[in-house]
Amino acid sequence: MERIPILRMGSVLLVTIQVDMQDQTAMALQEDLAEKIAKTGASGVLIDISALEIVDSFVGRMLASISGIARILSATTVVVGMQPAVAITLVELGLSLEGVRTALNVERGVQLLERARRGASLEH
Amino acid sequence: MSTETSGTLPLASEQNIVASRQLVRTLCLQLKFSLVDQTKMITAASELSRNTLVHGGGGHMRWEFVERNGKRGLQLHFEDQGPGIKDMGLALTDGWTSGGGMGLGLPGSKRLVNDFEVHSEPGLGTRVSITRWK
Repeated sequence: MERIPILRMGSVLLVTIQVDMQDQTAMALQEDLAEKIAKTGASGVLIDISALEIVDSFVGRMLASISGIARILSATTVVVGMQPAVAITLVELGLSLEGVRTALNVERGVQLLERARRGASLEH
Repeated sequence: MSTETSGTLPLASEQNIVASRQLVRTLCLQLKFSLVDQTKMITAASELSRNTLVHGGGGHMRWEFVERNGKRGLQLHFEDQGPGIKDMGLALTDGWTSGGGMGLGLPGSKRLVNDFEVHSEPGLGTRVSITRWK
């Protein structure tokens, strides 16, 4: 089975999904990310889905789970780069990705994570 | 480019779900669907392929190019010999799930296509047919 690589950039984990994933691959990514967040103490997760031509309910659910798991492990997840046609289709499918933070591209995603981190450090 | 106008793809494993998405993409490109139409049709095919595999215990996807009133379209049939759908009303309700999923497969796919039909007989199987017109 294929596994999606997770790159570490400072306190952020970067995942770029470039293949049409099998369901198993999506499940494995969820587990790999959870472990990596715990191990590295990352404060942010950036998931780039700009190469994905479709997001169905399975992948949508995976993105929502990752966001939830990361939040519990004290990391913020931002999904970036969703293609407009994918967004249109997702909403019509009935999936609004509630609870999942999104940004138009990687750059904005990083800004969002930086703001989230600064906000968090102000609280303490 | 292939000149075939119909065909069948087995849906017996997770890899077949990926294969169905790729096949439907190729077929949509042959019909020159818009990007949004193509995305909707591939997404619907992905949902229904997974349903066939997970709920129907496997089956196949038949595809055909169809024509109506001078319009061309792509029709997909997802067929299995699984347990069938006991309560069609419930199965077509957003958020209702027989287990595991989010309950978006059938009602969600219906919204993504132009024509949608389900035939199911308890104990005999299910056929879901969808069409998207250009």
